[in-house]
Formats: sequence, C-alpha cells, structure tokens
Amino acid sequence: MDRNEAKSILPLEFRQVSFEAGGKRLIKDLSFRLEVGARTIVIGPNGAGKSLFLRLCHSLIAPSSGKIIWHGAHGYDPAPFQAMVFQRPVMLRRSVAANIGYALSLRKVPRRERPERIEEALRMTGLNRLANYSARVLSFGEQQKLALARAWVLRPQVLFLDEPTASLDPAATHDVEELINTIHQAGTRIVMTTHDLEQARRLADELLFLHRGRLLEKSAATAFFTKPENDLAQKFIAGDLLWWKRGEDNRKQISEGTTK
Amino acid sequence: MNDFSSALLAALALVLQLDSDLAEIVFLSLKVSLVAVSGAALIGMPLGAALALFRFPGRASIVVFINALMGLPPVVVGLAVYLALSRAGPLGVFGLLFTPTAMIIAQLILVTPIIAALTRQVIDDLWREYEEQFCSLGAGPGQRIMALLWDGRFSLMTAILAGFGRASAEVGAVMIVGGNIDHVTRVMTTAIALEVSKGDLALALGLGIILITLSLVVNGASFLISETARRNHG
Ligand SMILES: Nc1ncnc2c1ncn2[C@@H]1O[C@H](COP(=O)(O)OP(=O)(O)OP(=O)(O)O)[C@@H](O)[C@H]1O
Ligand SMILES: [Mg+2]
Repeated sequence: MDRNEAKSILPLEFRQVSFEAGGKRLIKDLSFRLEVGARTIVIGPNGAGKSLFLRLCHSLIAPSSGKIIWHGAHGYDPAPFQAMVFQRPVMLRRSVAANIGYALSLRKVPRRERPERIEEALRMTGLNRLANYSARVLSFGEQQKLALARAWVLRPQVLFLDEPTASLDPAATHDVEELINTIHQAGTRIVMTTHDLEQARRLADELLFLHRGRLLEKSAATAFFTKPENDLAQKFIAGDLLWWKRGEDNRKQISEGTTK
Repeated sequence: MNDFSSALLAALALVLQLDSDLAEIVFLSLKVSLVAVSGAALIGMPLGAALALFRFPGRASIVVFINALMGLPPVVVGLAVYLALSRAGPLGVFGLLFTPTAMIIAQLILVTPIIAALTRQVIDDLWREYEEQFCSLGAGPGQRIMALLWDGRFSLMTAILAGFGRASAEVGAVMIVGGNIDHVTRVMTTAIALEVSKGDLALALGLGIILITLSLVVNGASFLISETARRNHG
C-alpha cells in the first residue's frame, strides 16, 4: 500500500497520555497534535522519554491511560502507513538487499516490483556496493543507513526516526540529513529525536521538548531557538541543564520548569 | 593386550571390508535414528517456536514437562513405550513391539524434547531482538514463525544434530522396545552390548569405531555450521 493510494492518516492526537512501567510513570499526561506537513524534532535529556514517546506514537506500546487517536474518521488501520527506525538498528540475519526485501514482502508489495525498489533504496543510501553482504557484518553507521533504507522503501506517510545519526560520522550525518529532507519533500511526515541541537536547528520545523516524561514545550523551530518559553528548555539549549544544578531548584521546577 | 590388539585388527578388517552383518546393523541404526530425528524435528521445532512466541494457558506446564523429559533416563522411556506397545497395552493391537517402528517411536520421544527445548531457546532469543522491528513492519504470527525459524537456521541445525547424537548413541530404550533381534532390530549400540557380553570383541569394536566416527562427524558438522554462522552473520 503506497502513501499515494490512501488519504492521510494524520493528524495524530494524544489525549492525556500516560505510560507506566515497573511502577513508575515514565510518560506523564501528554497531550498534543501532530498535523500534516512539518518536520517535528523531539529533544530532551537522556531518559526524558523520547524513545518511549516514539514507541507510543508508533503503537509499539499502549498507553496506561489516555488516548492516542489517528485521524479517526477513516476507520482503517494506520499501522501500514507508518515506519520507524530504532535507536539500535535491528538487522535480520540476511543480506542487506534481503533485509529491505523482507520489509517489502511484509507490506505485500508485489514480487516483481521489489528488485527495483530495493535497488532504489540502496542507491539513495549509498549501500549498493554492500547489497549482498550479510547485514550483520556492516558497521553500526551502515546498519543505521540500512535501517533508514528499509523504512523508506515502504513509502510511509509518517516516518519515526530515533536518533538516526547518533553514531554517524559528519559526512554520513550530512548524507542522512539530506536523505531525511528528500523523504520529507516526497511527502512523508518526519518525526525524529536527536541530541544534536545544531541538527535540530537545521532540520526542524517544529520542536517538542521532553523532560522527565513531560512535554514541556511544543513550538515552531524559529520561535523555539530564539527564545523557548519554558525555562528548562531554555537551559537545555544553552547547555545549562546540568544535574548538579538541579538540586538548587525546588521540586516542582525540576519536573516541569516554568513557562512564561 | 594381545587379545585386544588382535580384536582391534579384526575390527578394522570388518569395517574396511564392509562386512555384510556389520553393514546391515549400521544401516538399520542410521535409518531408525534419521527417521526418529526427522519426526522429532517436525514436532519439536514448531512446538518450541510456539512456546517461545505465544502465551497460552498450560504453556508453563508444557515447558516444565519438556525439560523433565529431556533429563529422563532412556530406559524409563523404553519401559513406557514397551508398556504402551505390548499386547495388553493401549497400542498393543498394532503389533509394533520388537519392530524398528517401536525403536523409532522410543527415539522420537527421547529426541523431541531436546529439539523443542533448544528451538524454544533459539527463537526466544531471536524474538527478544526482533520483536519491535517485526511489530513495526506488521508481521503476522505465521510470518514471524517462518522468519524466525529461517533466521535461526544455523542454531536449529545444530539442535537437530544434537538430537541425532542422542538418538544414535542411545542403548537402553531401543534394547527394551526393539529386543535386539538379529537382522530385525539389532542396531549398533545394542549389538555392542550383546557382542561384549558374548566375548566377540571384534564386531563390538568395529561398531564402536563407526559410532565414534559418526559422533565426530556430527560434532564436526555442528562446529562448521556455527563457524559459518558466526562468519557470515556475526
Ligand atoms: N520497560 C521499562 N521499564 C522501566 N523503565 C523504563 C522502561 N522503558 C523505559 N524506561 C525508562 O523510561 C525513561 C525514558 O526512556 P527513553 O528510552 O524513552 O529515554 P530517551 O529520552 O529516549 O533517552 P536517550 O536519549 O538516552 O535515548 C528512562 O529512564 C528509562 O529507564
Ligand atoms: Mg532514546
């Protein structure tokens, strides 16, 4: 099923979503809407809940309370129109090309169309040379590109990317950013996390700032980088959100900051 | 010492000349064990995969039961099969006692738990790694099982070889249910037991040499398979 064959599954809406595991509330009362169009970048310190947030969006985990609603009216399953690249790429014990082919076969792409699409995905990510290698002997960075190729080949309407450039060298990072832009321009909605604030500046149309399981700020990229509304977000982008400084603040402020 | 070396020479002669009695015994052993292991793989692999992938009532008891079966002494399995197949037993009407089929059944019961348990472990480990990716791609239950069995193929092959090792080396169960009848149910291990008690060391040693060779081949194959897997797929 191609993106073009169906109406958009967006917007996505979170209503008071919480997620608990191991007796802890890891995502707290998160409400927001993901509209058509923009590139959304999720930032926040380690352990903020960014990966959990993407998993919730992608229905890999279910909220403990609250609701997650994809464009309600259509009445079809939004899952086949999404794809995700995980923070740690999962490579099947097969060749690079077969890894991509397997994704296509699961999404019921006709057999005769597969070679061409595999070829295209490999070319886009510069992996053609490695097509017949076992995916598991690739370097971590190459695996991350393969994971991106395997997700992109599905032509998703929404693509979730969890730190897609975390272990790439500067040149590869640049390549992947170009790729993300290409994918975005082809009409795929991008939602990604990153620790690289410069990258966020380069790619983001919209910023989400997560901190200790709460969504503290959601604003347009330009506004966010000129002056975030939330003071913790401000400290975060100034590189000042340091754990030894948190002790000076009061409890409320540690978990939510203040929004002017 | 002299006795032993002449017996060894005679044994080597038997093996090298492909003595017909010896060949018949070897052939029957291989046939019984291969059929038993094939059956055990057909039952044990899907069972192990299902135990790894699905949570259903009674799952825990099956896992415990399989693990218990794995540690069961073969003579006990032999006894159980003997009772089931004997004239008065529930399956007595089929008249299978003291036939190769009875030995296949006994070996099947011995090997299936091993293959099921090893498969469960292999698939469980793989599934932990693949789960989110497969859910993300939308793989259904059947597609998951097929893909996991395929991706675990190297480990599963070694599991099957381990099963074959246990089947072909086993003596207690096939002795009880097969009866060690000459030209009918005499296999390598039971023949060795008999020939040693008769004092005919040559045939016993000849069969021993073949069993050792078989074991080396099986373990060598296992080793090669895991090496290939490591080299090709990390
Ligand atoms: N299944 C779980 N059980 C208990 N705690 C969990 C579970 N999954 C995640 N957590 C905790 O939830 C918090 C958020 O995890 P998450 O992986 O979303 O962080 P993150 O923002 O992606 O961090 P990073 O930047 O390091 O990738 C962490 O403190 C983590 O330890
Ligand atoms: Mg993360």
